[in-house]
Amino acid sequence: MNRFAALLDRLVLTPQRNGKLRLLVDYFRDTPDPDRGYALAGITRDLEIASVKPAMIRTLVEERLDQVLFAYSYDYVGDLAETVSLVWPEAETRANRVPTVADVVETLHQASRSDGPGLVMGGLRIGVSARLAKQALAQFGGKDIVEIEELWHGLEPPYLDLFAWLEDRGDKPAPNHSAPFRPVMLAHPLMEKAERADADIAGKLAIAPEEFAAEWKWDGIRVQAAAEGGERRLYSRTGDDISDAFPDVLDALDFEGAIDGELLVMRPDTERDVAPFGDLQQRLNRKTVSNKLLASHPAFIRAYDLLTADGNDLRGEPFQVRRNRLEAFIARHGGERLDLSPLVPFASLDDLAAHRESPPHAAIEGLMLKRWDSLYQPGRPKGPWFKWKRDPFLIDVVLLYAQRGHGKRSSFYSDYTFGVWRPGDNGQELVPVGKAYFGFTDEELKRLDKYVRDNTVERFGPVRSVRAEPDHGLVLEVAFEGLNRSTRHKSGVAMRFPRIHRIRDDKPPGEADTLEALTALLD
Amino acid sequence: MKFPIHPRYIAIMRAEDLLHPTPAGLYCPSGDFYIDPVRAVDRALVTHGHADHARPGHGAVLATPETLTIMAARYGDGFTGRADAAVFGKATTVNGVNVTFHPAGHVLGSAQIAVEKNGLRIVASGDYKRAADPTCAPFVPVPCDVFITEATFALPVFRHPDAGDEIAKLLTSLQQFTERAHLVGAYSLGKAQRVIRMLRDAGYDAPIYIHGALEKLCNLYESEGVSLGPLLPATVETNDKDQFAGAVIVAPPASLNDKWARRFPDPLPAFASGWMRIRQRAKQRGVELPLILSDHADWDELTDTITEIGPSEVWVTHGREEALVRWCELQGIAARPLNIVGYEDESE
Repeated sequence: MNRFAALLDRLVLTPQRNGKLRLLVDYFRDTPDPDRGYALAGITRDLEIASVKPAMIRTLVEERLDQVLFAYSYDYVGDLAETVSLVWPEAETRANRVPTVADVVETLHQASRSDGPGLVMGGLRIGVSARLAKQALAQFGGKDIVEIEELWHGLEPPYLDLFAWLEDRGDKPAPNHSAPFRPVMLAHPLMEKAERADADIAGKLAIAPEEFAAEWKWDGIRVQAAAEGGERRLYSRTGDDISDAFPDVLDALDFEGAIDGELLVMRPDTERDVAPFGDLQQRLNRKTVSNKLLASHPAFIRAYDLLTADGNDLRGEPFQVRRNRLEAFIARHGGERLDLSPLVPFASLDDLAAHRESPPHAAIEGLMLKRWDSLYQPGRPKGPWFKWKRDPFLIDVVLLYAQRGHGKRSSFYSDYTFGVWRPGDNGQELVPVGKAYFGFTDEELKRLDKYVRDNTVERFGPVRSVRAEPDHGLVLEVAFEGLNRSTRHKSGVAMRFPRIHRIRDDKPPGEADTLEALTALLD
Repeated sequence: MKFPIHPRYIAIMRAEDLLHPTPAGLYCPSGDFYIDPVRAVDRALVTHGHADHARPGHGAVLATPETLTIMAARYGDGFTGRADAAVFGKATTVNGVNVTFHPAGHVLGSAQIAVEKNGLRIVASGDYKRAADPTCAPFVPVPCDVFITEATFALPVFRHPDAGDEIAKLLTSLQQFTERAHLVGAYSLGKAQRVIRMLRDAGYDAPIYIHGALEKLCNLYESEGVSLGPLLPATVETNDKDQFAGAVIVAPPASLNDKWARRFPDPLPAFASGWMRIRQRAKQRGVELPLILSDHADWDELTDTITEIGPSEVWVTHGREEALVRWCELQGIAARPLNIVGYEDESE
């Protein structure tokens, strides 16, 4: 348990992906079965433990520690799970030896009162995605992550056969159900960032209408819907099983095959009129879903591709063939919860650019370009598929607060909170609308950092507020992909994927954008 | 007007008459001296060399020889009008009050001060810890009527793990991340030298780079007999940033997030402090490798020490007074907070 606790501590505090990978690989190498398997399950959240309510843990602690002392402690630490794990009487664990992860898990299975409150209370916010854990496993075993993703859903903690295979002591585990996840094919941006500055794209690109198909890129989440051998599953593009959150979609998978598509939410009582991304977000990251939400936020799949059909694997066929099969497949099995993403016919690149500029629906975030002869290859092969996103929205904002970054950036103020103007009690006032911590170059970062240090008004721990007045302050051009309504933000809106696009030294803060201008973008 | 004193009470002093808090610090009227005064006074008794306890400009200072040396190194030779060295365990008299210094185990030269008159003994512990420290003499429990305890980490959440295990965490990380400069934030008096000495005891013999602010105190520790092994200044000699890859650099905590830290390749920030027990503290400071290494007593040490000494009264100062006072109440020990201002509980 000690070693797992130490690993979690390091993972929580290590910002770099590669650093996390190394910590995980070393842990898998140095930790015996079944501990490492339970730890893996803890990280990927595949550990099912009878639920323990916070109040129950609290009662248990108060049997062991004076209430007033516990209250002082909780007040200081601020987090219930962390407080409990810190004050948990040591004598109980130290009496003989420190328990192993396996001990803890087994004890917890027997009765839900025992050690390890952090694990039980679901307090594992460790910043490791299931995908990263699988990447670490691949690196540890010298395998391709694609192989691990394919067999993952047949596995159960503590993953003894998986580790045996990774250590070349056993055979590759076979998927134990018939609707497995198939690693997803991804696209490259049509132009890399450096090329975007170049206006003359037509001369640089070789997107010939006879070689490429174009289709809309819908603003939902990419999913894979598999219905095979009596099993039905819905997977995210990283292979997480999200079936439980979408019973309405699962019901519609009345076919034998696997579809690649976009998961979207429709406005209620419409014929799949796509709702804003924010509505889809209401449905994500849930273990269960209420009838009310099912009615107000109905989900459906818009199909892009067909991976298997009636027992045949189509991934080795060219896109042209798969597309024909898909159209016939949807014609037969489509319905209220499943439709076809239409192709976008085009005669020239200019034609295509015009489509991109004026898509027919707000929920379209750009175009996908796929070679007619492309096979369905896992990962992100360069050449066959491109995404050509709509230009981002741009607004001019005023820098309000800056926070120190992590890792390489720990000596830089690199996280920026910014605001726009709105009418206040005493004239115009700035209201925070977002936070961005990337998009700038190293050179711009130095300038931003210097500005923050030279214009600090107040400090709150790692955060500084900077001067932000109509004629003294820093204007930033921020790019973002979309805007959602938000009750959690003072401004009532939340930006998607905001990043610093440019420093506008030329613009006085008083001329930055207003909240009114920003909210006009809400549909 | 004077009240007549009943003969029965003549020999018995009230503890508050012997020692009580004033804005300048803990004051003893009979001896006309202060303990760790926070402003300049005529006569000061100083427990240890940390800046918030040892200030310059007093008329006279009584402290251990090591503490006097530390003060001279920090403030220059004229830091006090007069300096008197106290010997551990040997009583001296200050204006008729008996004063004895005993080791506190906090940093080099740190002492508890026992003040005694008319059969009443008060021990001011200063800052102390019970865990082993290769850089200073261990704490000695002194029986007394009133024990004045610090309370920096006086909450049940503070339990410092074994210090050797924390150093092992650093050594493991050095092996895991050989390309990263391990930047260890450590308070410049005591903690820095303890970290370095413990690394040496764990077999780490490569040169350790130190921030310029640590040089004077590291030299002082060396000359006081605490060997620290090869130390090099953490300055970039050439344009070769690689010289710090996989190296240990010890620096004052504030410099970790300072522009100073930019000279290192991909620095891995570590921080040696009892506060690192709280994850949020580590996160806020951008610390990736928290080393829970404290020069203050943790909750168990504080409560065990009070139990061991068995004073009839406990006075609690600087830190989480309320929690320790509560614990004493639960044990049936008379206790109260002293509320002395001017000590920084962050300086660890």
